[in-house]
Amino acid sequence: MVISLLSTLVLATIAWVAIINTPGWARVQQTFFDPEVALASLPRVWDGFLLNVRVLLFAAAGVLVLSVIIAGIRTLRGPVFFPLRALAAGYTDLFRGLPLIITLFLVGFGIPGLIGSGGPRIPSEVLGTIALVLTYSAYVSEVFRAGIEAVHPSQRLAARSLGLSHGKSMRLVILPQAVRKVTPALMNDFVAMQKDVGLISVLGAVDAVRAAQIQTAQFFNFTRTCSPASCSCCWRCP
Amino acid sequence: MSVPVLRLENVRKSFGSTEVLRGIDLDVGSHEVVALIGASGSGKSTLLRTINLLEPLNDGQIWLSGVDISAPGVSADTVRARIGVVFQHFNLFPHFSVLDNVTLASRHVHRISKADAEARGLELLDRIGLADQARSFPDRLSGGQQQRAAIVRAIATNPDVLLLDEITSALDPELVTEVLDLVRDLKADGTTIVMATHEMAFARDVADRVVFLDHGVIAEQGTPDEVFGSPREPRTREFLSRFLG
Repeated sequence: MVISLLSTLVLATIAWVAIINTPGWARVQQTFFDPEVALASLPRVWDGFLLNVRVLLFAAAGVLVLSVIIAGIRTLRGPVFFPLRALAAGYTDLFRGLPLIITLFLVGFGIPGLIGSGGPRIPSEVLGTIALVLTYSAYVSEVFRAGIEAVHPSQRLAARSLGLSHGKSMRLVILPQAVRKVTPALMNDFVAMQKDVGLISVLGAVDAVRAAQIQTAQFFNFTRTCSPASCSCCWRCP
Repeated sequence: MSVPVLRLENVRKSFGSTEVLRGIDLDVGSHEVVALIGASGSGKSTLLRTINLLEPLNDGQIWLSGVDISAPGVSADTVRARIGVVFQHFNLFPHFSVLDNVTLASRHVHRISKADAEARGLELLDRIGLADQARSFPDRLSGGQQQRAAIVRAIATNPDVLLLDEITSALDPELVTEVLDLVRDLKADGTTIVMATHEMAFARDVADRVVFLDHGVIAEQGTPDEVFGSPREPRTREFLSRFLG
């Protein structure tokens, strides 16, 4: 334990000394890590960060609901449900195939275009949330489907034998077990979505990264880009 | 003449091109214990699954307490709520405690209040000596305990008939006895039981009627003494000679 601590300290010191002694360090420090500037830009970046958090929470809720529905449809048995299953499969293939940024443009500019200038103006963060939900539900529904199919068929047999309907056996028996099996994969997608939330800035929504870019452009100091990075890393730790 | 609890008429079931059940006619009277014996692949488990509507029939009819349950448009869930099934591999729900396993059907299918369901569940678990394991999860129990809990889960809702599908086949020999003793108790209570089993001695002891299935048809049926003691069919004799020496 002591040895590992010592060796870590030695390595950190060597790295620090090496960086400080590079020719451009003074300028880089001034441009990237200036504490005064970081503090001054904090309010704007914080507002942007809160927008990130809001969009993430709503998108996560939307993704959970939609992906469970899609996964449920795809695992329906019986030939009569074929059209539904085909539609769900088509949805999954489409939105996994489209890059998120394209979906953002399609939803962000397409929907207001369809509504026309006479209709209500939908805020870009809402449109961004919709695009995120559409895209990530395609991925997360496949994760849920994998979990559902990983639950042993005997569990379904036992549940149906008790008289539980398909819906109740899914809700009470299959899904709880399925979710436990795929929790790591779900966390993967959640973390990926956290980072992709920043992309809604292409629609004009001012999130943390965008706010930082604006500040940087105004004051020519990249510290403002580093602060949202540290915000998102800290927030991701729990 | 009372209505039989279970009546099967010309039941046929195929999986693809393989016909597994080739015209089964069977009556099970109230409080009767019927043992299904036969080689693997003879159709015992498939027969139990068709009675429970887990497998759709290709032909034939099934009546449960006088009601045609094989007719199209019958709610399979309602029918299954009146039939109890115990499986070879217990199939307890691992994410629920033993008590929750036992009370699940009562609460969510039969809409009994949680308090009432748990009271009955605890009473049944106490009867089999598992009351102190009521809040444990199934993975803490031995195979015999799990199977007995599974039996209790099946009878908690007072089904019309209990289907036992080779319930001791996956158990260590020393755990088989405790499960068979429970089945004996259930028979004493008057439960109607149809059980597929390889336990010939037990079938001889407990069953009111033994049915020998061979390649999807009932080759022979009768009282245990008739089927085990003096089998009429050569197929029956051949099958039994492998078990009873």
